[in-house]
Amino acid sequence: MRMKSLIAALLASATLGVVAAQAADLAIVSGDTGNGLEFLRSQLDRFEAETGNKVTVVPMPSSTTDQFGQYKLWLAAGNSDIDVYQTDVIWAPQLADQFLDLTDAAKDVVANHFPSIIESQTVNGKLVALPAFTDAPALYYRKDLLEKYGKTPPKTWAELTATAKEIQDAERAAGNPDMQGFVFQGNAYEGLTCDALEWVVSNGGGQIVEPDGTISINNEKAAAAIEMAKGWVGNISPEGVLAYQEEESRGVWQLGNAVFMRNWPYAYQLGNGDDSAVKGKFDVVPLPIGEGEGARSAATLGGWNVAVSKYSKAPEEAIKLALFLSSTEVQKERAIKQSNLPTIVSLYDDADVAAAQPIIPNWKEVFVNAVPRPSAPTKVKYNEVSSLFWSAVHDTLSGNGTAAENLELLEAKLTELKGDAW
Amino acid sequence: MTVEATAGPAVRTQPKIESELLRSRVGAAMWFLLPMLAALAVVAGWPLLRTIYFSLTNASLTDLYGADFIGFKNYLSWTTLKSGRTVFSGLLVDPTWWNAVWNTLRFAVLSVTLETILGMIVALVLNAEFKGRGIVRAAILIPWAIPTIVSAKMWSWMLNDQFGIINDLFLKLGLISQKIAWTAQADTAMTAVLVVDIWKTTPFMALLILAGLQMIPKDIYEAAEIDGVHPVKVFFRVTLPLVRPALMVAVIFRLLDAMRIFDLIYVLTPNSSATKTMSVVSRENLFDFDKFAYGSAQSTLLFLLIAVMTALYIWLGKVRFDGGDR
Amino acid sequence: MTLDLWTITKRTAFYALVVFIVFVAVFPFYYAILTSFKSGTDLFRVTYWPVSFSWDNYISVLSTGSFPRNLLNSVFVASVTVLAALFLAITASFALSRVRFRGRSLLLMTILAVSMFPQIAVLAGLFEVIRFLGIYNTPWALIFSYTIFTLPFTVWVLTTFMRDLPIEIEEAAIVDGATPWIIIWRVFLPLLWPALVTTGLLAFIAAWNEFLFALTFTSSNATRTVPVAIALLSGGSQYEIPWGNIMAASVIVTVPLVVLVLIFQRKIISGLTAGGVKG
Repeated sequence: MRMKSLIAALLASATLGVVAAQAADLAIVSGDTGNGLEFLRSQLDRFEAETGNKVTVVPMPSSTTDQFGQYKLWLAAGNSDIDVYQTDVIWAPQLADQFLDLTDAAKDVVANHFPSIIESQTVNGKLVALPAFTDAPALYYRKDLLEKYGKTPPKTWAELTATAKEIQDAERAAGNPDMQGFVFQGNAYEGLTCDALEWVVSNGGGQIVEPDGTISINNEKAAAAIEMAKGWVGNISPEGVLAYQEEESRGVWQLGNAVFMRNWPYAYQLGNGDDSAVKGKFDVVPLPIGEGEGARSAATLGGWNVAVSKYSKAPEEAIKLALFLSSTEVQKERAIKQSNLPTIVSLYDDADVAAAQPIIPNWKEVFVNAVPRPSAPTKVKYNEVSSLFWSAVHDTLSGNGTAAENLELLEAKLTELKGDAW
Repeated sequence: MTVEATAGPAVRTQPKIESELLRSRVGAAMWFLLPMLAALAVVAGWPLLRTIYFSLTNASLTDLYGADFIGFKNYLSWTTLKSGRTVFSGLLVDPTWWNAVWNTLRFAVLSVTLETILGMIVALVLNAEFKGRGIVRAAILIPWAIPTIVSAKMWSWMLNDQFGIINDLFLKLGLISQKIAWTAQADTAMTAVLVVDIWKTTPFMALLILAGLQMIPKDIYEAAEIDGVHPVKVFFRVTLPLVRPALMVAVIFRLLDAMRIFDLIYVLTPNSSATKTMSVVSRENLFDFDKFAYGSAQSTLLFLLIAVMTALYIWLGKVRFDGGDR
Repeated sequence: MTLDLWTITKRTAFYALVVFIVFVAVFPFYYAILTSFKSGTDLFRVTYWPVSFSWDNYISVLSTGSFPRNLLNSVFVASVTVLAALFLAITASFALSRVRFRGRSLLLMTILAVSMFPQIAVLAGLFEVIRFLGIYNTPWALIFSYTIFTLPFTVWVLTTFMRDLPIEIEEAAIVDGATPWIIIWRVFLPLLWPALVTTGLLAFIAAWNEFLFALTFTSSNATRTVPVAIALLSGGSQYEIPWGNIMAASVIVTVPLVVLVLIFQRKIISGLTAGGVKG
């Protein structure tokens, strides 16, 4: 393979001279889905027209865990067939060694992005990836049901619990036995880490592992937050929520069978689809806050970035592509067409964006409360940290031990995993 | 067994005359084996050796080639504390691992036993003469034919607590009184995995047994029928012994597969310690966590465990995998 | 009369069993077909009979991406894999089942041991070999890697079956001066049809359904196979799972196999009676 392309490259440069050698065949992997891929293609067509490079998209399964395993293997083997990778926000520290430093290339544009996002993609002073869009969840609520029972969107988790319970019971009595108060993502996977991190942070319980590397999870506030979530299961949330990922929650929600839902922005557009039972009947607010000192609304930071493989045969052109995909222009298009949240601050005040996607400016408020997962301090061990955390939470939710017990155990495991330093 | 007298054609009776023939047969046999062995050496030998090698290093996927050889430390290592206490660490004393081993063993034994019994029943049914047999035969192969990733997703869809058809069906039939979240709890999830696995692989078992049944000469049955032997007796005295070689091989391959089960667990169960199997744990370490060497050690140990189990099975089941030493 | 009644009862019970087996085996597939004709929020509603009928899911599967191409890839990869495995296995099984030589059992155990390694564990090593051979991202990479699970399986099953063939047939051939090569292809092969078709079919399905290698060893839509293509079917947005499309694709993928079984199932039965082992 390598040999062949080498010969091909030699032939090309020999026959076409310098001009042809500059234009490159690039390949970008993307775990994006239907519309997202179409959008990506349309942007790549523009890139091709502007630069003369040719870009092939290599689609990947949408499961981020599957993608991560593949990419890691490909990069470990020095695969030069892929030039540009789309990366999850938490991958930067884990794959940093295999990607090119983009600091120089992006020095003129980094200031346009939210500093926190740029920071999340910077490892030991090396800018590993450029942000393409960001993601932050919010609380979806049923306007019609809340009005019917004279309620306002909840500001605290306690309020949410009470309102959900009341409406759920009343609706069930009124003849909808499938009505649920609140659906979220309770399966044992990365999504539960996101959900549970929000509960803990909103209750003032810290960020599992603090930015300086201290393991902070074993505290009363965190335990209380997780106990609160345990109280939901079988009460305002179905037992099955312990197996729910994003799609299962959306399924329940979109059939009109939930009062509240915690989900990412994608559910907004789908919920307003023509065949949706909740079309036009819902709205979003920032996630509720907990109790006591340090309580605040918290939304886990998601989002995707573009990184350049250090094994790329045409690194300069690949970097151009990465810059292009994170540019203001593309992000604006993305916001308008895909309702993806931009990482460029000015786009939240952009009139075109506001006109096409009125919820995006509102999301700025959600985004201000965004909390990163502890991927930066825990570096290559983040996945294991996350796995231990979601297991502890899932155990608690399914009734295997109390939150306090499981968090104490978690702290011990994390300490052992940490060793001398992360 | 029926094949008592088949191996090494007539070699024992006329050793001198046949010795040259024997030599040429052995020679031909070597040539026949060579291509297969060469293929296996490249496709399996090298990767296996690599994995075993990695299990003796501190390799990580970010730095695969800069790994140092550390001996058996991934398996077992110990340090003596100042207080004189010795602390062991490594795979052999890792409770997570042994928990996964236990989960896998339990699953493998249960699923293979049930699949063998059900597969035998299905094979016997298919071996009988009846109208539409061809269609039925094709129909029962459908579960095996559906790609695992698809059937796993399909079942997770059918088992969904809110809009799954299983809950709906069972409610209508009065088997359950309220919707059950099958895949949310470890115990029901494990049952679900068992059911799906049995559903999916019983056809494999049935087809292999059926092929064995088809090899049994019809006149044996005819003779039994004329003698008025009870069908149940015929089954245990004639059918079972004759179909045993095929059955044993089918069981071995199912067992190997069951010990490595991955997809179904991955898709259908909450990712908790109560359901994780060896392959799931090993995958986690190899690719998700930064512990490639540790994952390799787990894979190697999984390999050894399976090898021991197979050897035990062959020994206890008296499987004559070499054609008998007659 | 009583005998007749007994026969009828037995017959009814037998057919009831057949119906039950078919129901259990086919119901999920039936449900998949049902789902494949639904769209939108309908998907989340449980029905037992077709309520709406739309080919949209099928059209969208076949027209978007490179699904037809992936289908062809799968056919090619699975066929070549099976043919190669059967060819290598027939000769090897002859040696392993009909010829006595030292280390035979050890060899059989070694072959078996090959299939004991978890797929995930050989991934990295196999990846190196495939890149070394320069077949990465071609169908040959898949054909090559699938040998790891089809070959031990076919060798073992064929060895078992070949061992059971009566000695007299072979002796007669030897007396006629047949070489081992001729014995295999002229004498044994016709007798082995049921076993060949069965193992071939099972190996074909295994290769047809393989996912992990197919995903790892290819990196473009044009070389990928169907299971990967199905896994890559995606909804409009990040977390949306297009159940309708997935079910439609699964139906498209499964139908050829059912047809294959229907074609070959006759061989499974007729092989022996035609072969004349009966005598």
